[in-house]
This record gives sequence, structure tokens and C-alpha cells, in this order.
Amino acid sequence: MVNGSPIVEGFIEAINLIITLNPQVVEITIRSLYVSLTATFFAALIALPAGALIYFYEFRGKHAVVSTLQTLYALPTVIVGLVMFLFLSNIGPFGFLRLLYTPGGMIVTQTVLIIPLLMGLTVSALSGIDRDKRYTITALGASRFQTVTTIIIESRFAVMSGVLLGFGRAISEVGTVMIVGGNIRGATRVLTTAIALNTSMANYAMSIALGIILLAVALGVNITLSLVQRR
Amino acid sequence: MTVIEAQDVRKIYGDMEVLHDVGLAIREGEILGLIGPSGSGKSTLLRILDLIEPPSGGELSILGIDTVKERGRWLDLRRRMGMLFQRPIVFNASVYDNVAMGLRYRRASRSEIDRKVKEALEAVGLSRYIGSRATDLSGGEQQRVALSRVLVTDPEILFLDEPTANLDPGSTATIEAIVARMNRERGITVLISTHDLAQGQRLAHRIAVMIDGTVAQAGSPREIFHAPKDKKIARFVGVQNIIPARVISREGLTTVEVKERRIVSATPPPAEEVAVVIRGEDVSLHRREPGYEEAENLFPARVTAVEPMAPFVNVTVDCGCDIIALVTARRAEALELAAGMDVWVSLPAKVVHLVPRDG
Repeated sequence: MVNGSPIVEGFIEAINLIITLNPQVVEITIRSLYVSLTATFFAALIALPAGALIYFYEFRGKHAVVSTLQTLYALPTVIVGLVMFLFLSNIGPFGFLRLLYTPGGMIVTQTVLIIPLLMGLTVSALSGIDRDKRYTITALGASRFQTVTTIIIESRFAVMSGVLLGFGRAISEVGTVMIVGGNIRGATRVLTTAIALNTSMANYAMSIALGIILLAVALGVNITLSLVQRR
Repeated sequence: MTVIEAQDVRKIYGDMEVLHDVGLAIREGEILGLIGPSGSGKSTLLRILDLIEPPSGGELSILGIDTVKERGRWLDLRRRMGMLFQRPIVFNASVYDNVAMGLRYRRASRSEIDRKVKEALEAVGLSRYIGSRATDLSGGEQQRVALSRVLVTDPEILFLDEPTANLDPGSTATIEAIVARMNRERGITVLISTHDLAQGQRLAHRIAVMIDGTVAQAGSPREIFHAPKDKKIARFVGVQNIIPARVISREGLTTVEVKERRIVSATPPPAEEVAVVIRGEDVSLHRREPGYEEAENLFPARVTAVEPMAPFVNVTVDCGCDIIALVTARRAEALELAAGMDVWVSLPAKVVHLVPRDG
């Protein structure tokens, strides 16, 4: 009976697919990493300075901005997918960019998805520098600019944790890549969409193999995160 | 020369007035101890004097510069001063980089930074940790890193905000010794806040007492401890006897009446209604009437309580009013003090201090 179980068989087959570096598995994994890493990179490029600006400048409604960002952490990915689909489709304002159903479109969408998370986490990372430390920096004779750089350098590990969390959200979400990418084989299929598709087609071995890889990536992120946080 | 002069300085956070009517002058090269209960505004005042925060009002001149008019020179002034905080604060970097911070802000050359940092770590005995991460050190060591980080910048004025409140006695002694040496050898003016009265007396040439957000009194340690200006200050500096009294004569020495007992004081009466302030250690007890005693006040009394407070003993005697005498444990044994025993109390007029009864 055990040999007949599709789960066990699928699992064994999955291990086999990974060990033999099945071309389809490798291709999907690389695309997934490429899309989410690029999105994380661009999101960081925008969100870190923006988060720092929010932290360092006093303005009306600062609290409201920070709470809004925190609310957006849990923004449903399908909503972001839908909105970005409308923007990028032929009827939308950015239709001319022809990004719909391309990895480029997925990168843009995931960037939009995790920017609030990275901004919010940057603000909290910088807020982790307590009042006495800021007084110390001022007392040591730092100029305004030197104060800003010292605080950013001091909170570098917390900021990095935020970036890793953002990457974790990007690579594990299925909503936006499904809607904006379209799960086109060989073009926009990534780990999460491939798992969804293969599972619905009862192609369990492929799903499990990709699932193991996705878990391994998540585990890798977590291990890096805990190493960073221990600093 | 006065290096800091504050007048009517105020600080308001929201609707809370933390400082009001602060007047303080600090002389070049002195160590001024700022003592006062927790929450009296010591830390806030230090931050204002170090130009970390602006005052809400008043006048403040530092190193001859009017800081209210010349906001543009604050960074310059800040770089001529230094401050050490209560909690040891180090940054997540090596000990070397921590100590180098202030010099880097001042754009010192690489070789100068290298030389000064190594010298400073040598001086505080931390050379062997030069490459260690500062956050890995113990609290006492971190505070020494913080102190050398301030000292490498050669401050003209050094602010210390309860620098040893969280440290063990050994680290406290080390920090105190370094501060005293820097003052002596480099002539750095020091303002140290502390709630440790003994530390204030050990280090400071002059003492200022902060009560309820203002400098209530400034003067020599002797003045502060023996001639406090009011009851609050007297209570804070640990005076055991603060007794309401009435002035009955101002001829020569002042005579006051405390219940039925008349006491002579060398203090001119500050008001009609006064309180007598006598430090416990100034009260002498004798087994029999002393044959030869120069104290103006001499009277029989009865011991009502003997309370050990190692290495001293608090002895309460009733001489028409209750007076507490602070006697060494040795002397208490020699006198065989016990409740119910008859003794003689002698009190020179100059140790009997008078303050207004209100306040």
C-alpha cells in the first residue's frame, strides 16, 4: 500500500527531480529568484531613503503616514496584483510599456508590493536608536549630516532584517505574479504559480519538488535573518 | 573667568515645566557638583548647557558666546565641550571606532585619530580591547570607552550626567580618578550631576543643589551641607534635625525657642518663624556635665532611642524637644548609651543653623 501512495511516490520523484537538476525546476527557481531579488533591490533603493526621510523629518501627519505603512504590510497580494494589472494592461495608463505578462511587469509589481513593508521597517529600524544614543551623537559634535549617517550605520543590521523580510514576502507570494505574470510557461512561471498549477493538474511530484525549494529559500532567508539579528 | 553663565533658563516639554528660573555660573577649571533628587531636572539642565537641546527661555552664555543670539555657533561650541551619560552608551562597532567618533566628526587626520585613540585607551586601561566590539564589553568597560571617546576630543568643558550611577564601586573609583586627573592636569572644567552626596563632596570644589526644577543653592560643600538655605535643601543633604522654632532674641547671637528649650544660634534669623537645622554629627553627647565646655548650648537630656546605622548610631535624646545625634558605634559603646539614660548635650552656636520655617 505504501508504495502505491501518490504522496510518497511524489515525494521520492520530487527528490529525484531536484537531485538530477531537472531543467524545468532549475529554470523556474532561477526566474523566481531573479524576479524577487530584483524587486527587493529596487524596492530597497526607493524605500530605504524614503523611510529615512520620514524618520528624520518632522512634518504634520507623520504618525498617520507610519500607521498607513504598517497597515499596508498586510496588503492582500491579489489586490496589488489587480491594481497593477489595470495599470499595466492596454486600457491602463502604463499599457504602452508592454510590461503585462513579462518578468519586468512582475518585478515592478513586487516592488510596489513590498515598498510599504521596507519603508515601515526602515522607520522602525531607525527608531530603534534610542534617545540617549542620539544625544550622544549630538554631544560628540556631529553635524546634521553626520548625525544622519551615524544613525543609519548604527541601525544597519535592523535595516537589513527589513530587506530580508521584504524578499521573503516577495518570493513567497502568489497573488501578484499570477495576475500580472500570467504563469506563462518558460516566460513568467515562478515557484509559487508553478506549484499552484501543478497541484491542480495532480502533478504532485513537481509541486513537492518546487515546494521543497521554496521552503529552502525561506529557510535560507530566516537563517540569514537570525545571523543578522544576532549582531 | 566664568565659562558658563545661565540666567532665568526655562525648559518646557508640552505643558510640563521641567526647569524654571535656573541661574548658574560655572568658573573656569572648577569641578561643580550638581546634586538633587531624581526628577529635579539635573539631566535636562546638563543637556541644555551642552547645547543638545535648546532652552525654552532665558539667557545662556557659554565660553563667552551668547548662545541665544548666536545659534549658528552651536555646533562649534558643542565641539569644544563633551558629555558622558548615565547609561554607558557604545555604538555597534569596534572600541577603536567608538573612541574615534568625535575626532572623525571634527575631520581630524587619520594619523592624529590613530595616535589619540591609542593614547586615550591606554589612559583608561582598555588597550587590549582596541579591536573588540564595544557592545561585548561589561558596563563599566563601556563607560570607560564612552569617557575616552569624550576625552580624545580635548573638551574645555566636560559634563557628566550621573556617570557612575549604574556602575560597581571599582569602576566608579576608576571613572572618578580619571575625571579628577583630567581636571587637575588639563584644567578641564567639569560639571558632574549626581544623587550620591558623597561623590559630590569627594570630587567637587563647589556644589549646586537642584530642587523642583531650579538651582536652589550653590556654594562650597561646607555651605551646602552645613548652611542649607531652606528646609528642602536641608532634607536633601541629609540633615537629621529640622525643628520648627520661634525667634525670641536677636541680641548678639540669635536665641530661638523650640518648645520649652532655648537654643542659641550663630545664624542671623532669616525670618520670625524659623526652623532649626542641626546635623546629627554636630551634636555631642556626654555621660556627665562637662566641666570644661565651650559650646554655647549645654543641657541635660534623656536618651529615648538608640538605633544602629552602621558604622554610626542614631541616638534620639529628649531635651525638651527631640534631637537626633549621630555617634560613631565606638563612641556609643564607650558612653554605654541606652534608652532611658541621662546624658548631657552640647551644641556650639555655629552648628545651629536657621532657615525660614515655610518652604
